[in-house]
Amino acid sequence: MDELIQYGPFLAEGFLENIKLALVAGVISLIFGTVLVSMRVSPTPVLRAAGTIYVNVVRNTPLTLVLAFSALGLSDTLGLTFSTVPRVNSFWVVGLGLAAYTSAFVCEALRSGINTVPLGQAEAARSIGLTFMQSLTLIILPQAFRSVIAPLGSVMIAMIKNTTVATAGGYLADAAANMKEVFDTTGASIPIFLGIVLAFMAVTLPVGYFTGWLARRLAVVR
Amino acid sequence: MTDNGDGAPLIELENVNKYFGTLHVLKDINLTVSRGEVLVVIGPSGGGKSTLCRTMNRLETIDSGKIIFDGRELPAEGRALAALRSEVGMVFQQFNLFAHKTIRENVTLGPTKVRKTPKEQADKRAMELLERVGIANQADKYPAQLSGGQQQRAAIARALAMDPKMVLFDEPTSALDPEMVQEVLDVMIGLARDGMTMVVVTHEMGFARRAANRVVFMADGQIVEETTPDEFFTNPKTDRAKDFLSKILTH
Repeated sequence: MDELIQYGPFLAEGFLENIKLALVAGVISLIFGTVLVSMRVSPTPVLRAAGTIYVNVVRNTPLTLVLAFSALGLSDTLGLTFSTVPRVNSFWVVGLGLAAYTSAFVCEALRSGINTVPLGQAEAARSIGLTFMQSLTLIILPQAFRSVIAPLGSVMIAMIKNTTVATAGGYLADAAANMKEVFDTTGASIPIFLGIVLAFMAVTLPVGYFTGWLARRLAVVR
Repeated sequence: MTDNGDGAPLIELENVNKYFGTLHVLKDINLTVSRGEVLVVIGPSGGGKSTLCRTMNRLETIDSGKIIFDGRELPAEGRALAALRSEVGMVFQQFNLFAHKTIRENVTLGPTKVRKTPKEQADKRAMELLERVGIANQADKYPAQLSGGQQQRAAIARALAMDPKMVLFDEPTSALDPEMVQEVLDVMIGLARDGMTMVVVTHEMGFARRAANRVVFMADGQIVEETTPDEFFTNPKTDRAKDFLSKILTH
């Protein structure tokens, strides 16, 4: 127990980074995932193909490789930098890499939601003169979102836990990195291990319950 | 029967053909609907009635032929097609009200988003229309809270909110419980009396007799007979029509 108390603040500092990464990746992946699904259902073949290729490549690549590619490929080789402070730069490289990865899953969850919206809804939308984008944003996506809130919750839970591989993208300040640092100096400690597990559960369990509650509350009655 | 066709064509179909795979569902259809006319399309299931109706606002594409609405060929896609559809109302068998929006929002959506009508004005018009179809007191409910008949009347109000030049009815009473059919037909008859151009696919022979200017009998993808309701019901010319009428009118 002593080591958990001793290193607690250091680990909590790391855990705060996990939360910050999750917020960045959560917001961006919901937006970009929506853009992706719009591409995948659009009447334009080029957009559909681009969306499909993106999802299939990113969804089937291990996250550690996506993050390594963000750090080595985009940041180091192509010189894409978000900040001159290396630590801040790494934070954004990992946050955006995680968002890019999670977006593919958000897209697919939403696409299954679109499939639950009866075809008649789209036909009615078109028949009053709405354009494709209007039908999508006013009629189809709002109903699709409501039907996949619970699965989206699962995607978000997975994403929150995925913040622990930030190290793969060169960001060495999260809870998992800090834990490893502590273990390297003091040896493995079960209380520390369990403490971090509990910290994650304190965040992910409410996310699960909240999205489940929201799904019931916002369900579209047909 | 109403008498309000002024003779000028609003929509013309010329040699229209449509296939579903190898199934030839519309065979060389030639049909003109005049302004103010009420055309009823009847016939056996699978005869192409609904498909014909749906080609008129291009919910179904056609494989050959021409459809001219208000002097212009139907646009193929994009904004021009959306603009055309805003002028052709459609009422579906399954109502298809937007499930996540209230009845009032269902009716105001088109005017505010397509016509850019100010919200207040659209709301006022929506309430007038809902009054007209007899469900103004349901305006703030969601579609699932209404009976089928009420939903279908809301769907008619939604179509009318766009001030369409024509309204298509694709079996509007087929999904309704029997006791709700009349309330929807009453609204449609009122609309016909007011001079709306209507194409109605239906099995309601009473409606055809009371409101139609012309009846088209379709079977196997073809227009088999095209005549006045009186003539059709009392003196059908083809065996196919006689056979159909004997099956539905004896009960």
